[in-house]
Amino acid sequence: MRITSLFAGLFLATTAVAETPVLTIYTYDSFVSDWGPGPAVEAAFEATCGCDLQMVGTGDGAALLARLKLEGSRTDADIVMGLDTNLTAAAADTGLFDPTSVTANYAVPGGWDDPLFVPFDWGYFAFVQNVGLQSPKNFRALADSDLKIVIQDPRSSTPGLGLLMWVKAAYGNDAADIWADLSDNIVTVTAGWSEAYGMFLEGEADMVLSYTTSPAYHTIAEGDASKSFAVFDEGHYMQIEVAGKLASSDQSALADQFLQFMVSDTFQSIIPTTNWMFPAVTPAAGLPEKFPKALSAAQSLIFSPREAADLRNVALAEWQAVLSQ
Amino acid sequence: MAGSIITITLRNILGGAVLAALLIFSIGTAAAVAMRGQGLGVLGVADWSAVRFTLWQACLSAGLSVGIAIPVSRALARQSFIGRQTLITLLGAPFILPVIVGVLGLLAVFGRAGWISGMLTWAGFAKLSIYGAPGVILAHVFFNLPLATRFLLQGWGSVPTERFRVAHSLAASPWAYFRLIEWPVLRSVIPGAFLLVFLLCLTSFAVALAVGGGPKGTTIELAIYQAFRLDFDLGKAASLAVVQFSLCGGLAILAFLVPLPQTDGLGLDRLPQRLDASAHRAADAFWIAIAAAFLIFPLGAIFLRGVGYIPDLPHQVIAASLTSILIALTSTLVCITMALSLALAFARRGKLARSLAEGIGVLGLATSPLVVGTGLFLIIFPYAHPMTFAVPITASVNAMMALPFALRVLMPAVRDTYADYLQLRSSLNITRWVWLSWIVLPRLRRPLGFAAGLAVALSMGDLGVIALFADPDLQTLPLMLYRLMGAYQMDQAAAVAVVLVIQSLALFWIFDRGGQGYVRSK
Repeated sequence: MRITSLFAGLFLATTAVAETPVLTIYTYDSFVSDWGPGPAVEAAFEATCGCDLQMVGTGDGAALLARLKLEGSRTDADIVMGLDTNLTAAAADTGLFDPTSVTANYAVPGGWDDPLFVPFDWGYFAFVQNVGLQSPKNFRALADSDLKIVIQDPRSSTPGLGLLMWVKAAYGNDAADIWADLSDNIVTVTAGWSEAYGMFLEGEADMVLSYTTSPAYHTIAEGDASKSFAVFDEGHYMQIEVAGKLASSDQSALADQFLQFMVSDTFQSIIPTTNWMFPAVTPAAGLPEKFPKALSAAQSLIFSPREAADLRNVALAEWQAVLSQ
Repeated sequence: MAGSIITITLRNILGGAVLAALLIFSIGTAAAVAMRGQGLGVLGVADWSAVRFTLWQACLSAGLSVGIAIPVSRALARQSFIGRQTLITLLGAPFILPVIVGVLGLLAVFGRAGWISGMLTWAGFAKLSIYGAPGVILAHVFFNLPLATRFLLQGWGSVPTERFRVAHSLAASPWAYFRLIEWPVLRSVIPGAFLLVFLLCLTSFAVALAVGGGPKGTTIELAIYQAFRLDFDLGKAASLAVVQFSLCGGLAILAFLVPLPQTDGLGLDRLPQRLDASAHRAADAFWIAIAAAFLIFPLGAIFLRGVGYIPDLPHQVIAASLTSILIALTSTLVCITMALSLALAFARRGKLARSLAEGIGVLGLATSPLVVGTGLFLIIFPYAHPMTFAVPITASVNAMMALPFALRVLMPAVRDTYADYLQLRSSLNITRWVWLSWIVLPRLRRPLGFAAGLAVALSMGDLGVIALFADPDLQTLPLMLYRLMGAYQMDQAAAVAVVLVIQSLALFWIFDRGGQGYVRSK
């Protein structure tokens, strides 16, 4: 009896899947991992949409954009989720995205007004360290110290690109000098955030470029209060992670529905303790108790998407020139 | 002999088909990338420094790997001790170890937080820092020293026991020993081994990605990856691919000139018994201990870290294992079929034809998996969704990447068998069936087993192409490991590493052991 119903259930499920519309989202790998927001998001959206939500992990944010350019308008993706504002201008320039009409009461500092992209979370870049380490107060102090850091490649990783912008925002034309002074502190430049963070956890470096919210993972998920981040007096560069709908999508209405769902309380409540970032819309229940507080406006640095796009090549060339010596 | 004409024709067709498939795979896919990139892009200063770095690190890595392999392999060939066979099997481990796993293990020993740094700090010295050139070379030696050792072991094994007996009974001086017995073996094996390790280090990507330390430790392959995946600059990627191709193609041509491992005369088909073993016991023990420690400590570090967490692994580990094994077995079947076709097709031809076959096998090595993967992606995309073909594409790219090794192993054995026994076949008018089943295949069993072991394990550990075609429902074990690392799950990542290593080693062992059955039963 139970076996019969199991088979019947399987059969019905298969039939149902064959007939339901499929919404495909390209995102970064850690989002779709079992420990990321992916599974909970998929279950919650599929409970209401009558569709099959397929999230495809394609690497880091920069890799997402490259993948999209590779596939062009023939892509299967309906939505791309996980670009940040340093990449949105370049993404918009591809002409592959359609405007959306999603509205929400955003908690993103500085507000949000972009016709193409919808924010889903945000955070501040910071150097994460072990509690007890004498924190440097800024990049100059870090460069003068003997501290060893692990950073990410700005070409592959959104934190890496964020660091490039951070130094540029704080030091402008002196950025190259800062990088020259920092070069002996850099243990290694990794392709992605995950390798860098893993190396830090293994004790390969004193500090790692991550987020102000990263220590919260250790306190909340692991009950381990041994990690903190260094507060820099020149401020912290912000990252706003966004999603956008592709013009080539054959599920345009469903894509709009997902983007609206993305700023709903259900989705936004999942973010803090799975993606370890600030939710773009504060959930009704608020943030977890031990979650860090937002920084003041004076402490927050960010370039507009256009400024970031214009600065990227110059900043990248400086970085490569200094670090390849 | 009508039969032999048919045989030759069949072999021609098979061999030709494999060559054509290889050319399409290597040059065809590169052309697809170049066309999509609207020609070739201009290479900047950073790209040329990547070319320089690639060349000198490959040279140093290959020199160190082969140089250290000489005393190690001689010690292993000369001494018999408990655990020798296990150690020889273990020598296959680093080469077939997933690179990211190996690097984690090396960091546990040689990293800033590693055992050696710990001892140095305790003794009042500074910590080691292996990122950049030192780390790249260390990792390359870790991965390739065992390979070189196994190739050299095969060389030592090709010396007939009678020669050692004669040398011993004539009380040959060490110099005479070296000049008359050891040097001919080294001379025949070293160039091929050096070339192979050099090519491996030339196209190595994941090591530079993991321990290159940024712009100053970037290899060409890594620059190709960056141009594809990060800048989406297909023109530059194509240019870099052309540079990579020219370098490796040049080396493939050099392979014409490199003498292959040879045997002359009909020695007995077994490992030589060395009567001079006791005279060299201390030195040999030193080399064996050094090599064993270098291999065992990093592997042990991963094992200790991960083994306790295996029960906590999510159920996806089973599906990922099955996918990995399916891809690996398919890839092995394709690889061995291709290698055997090529080896048999060219076994009786002149030196030029044989070198051509081998040079084209090396071309497989010269081809960047990322260029092939992206090329196939671009070729398939207009007609179908490339992800649908993730398994066959990954399996065939893996097969092609393993082909040069399989060919290196099979080619000399096939040629020797033909050289040694073909006259016997002609004079006794042996039928094709008897020839293949009683004479050729039994003599190929050992190299076939080793070649299949390499192919299956290389495919098990590959992360390159599958990542390009990644899909949430389809993951291999290395991809799962990579994703776990991306989610702070370091203990589980180590556990997956252990599962992956156990499966890779088990498959390698099954094939390699299967191949040794013949020799042992004799």
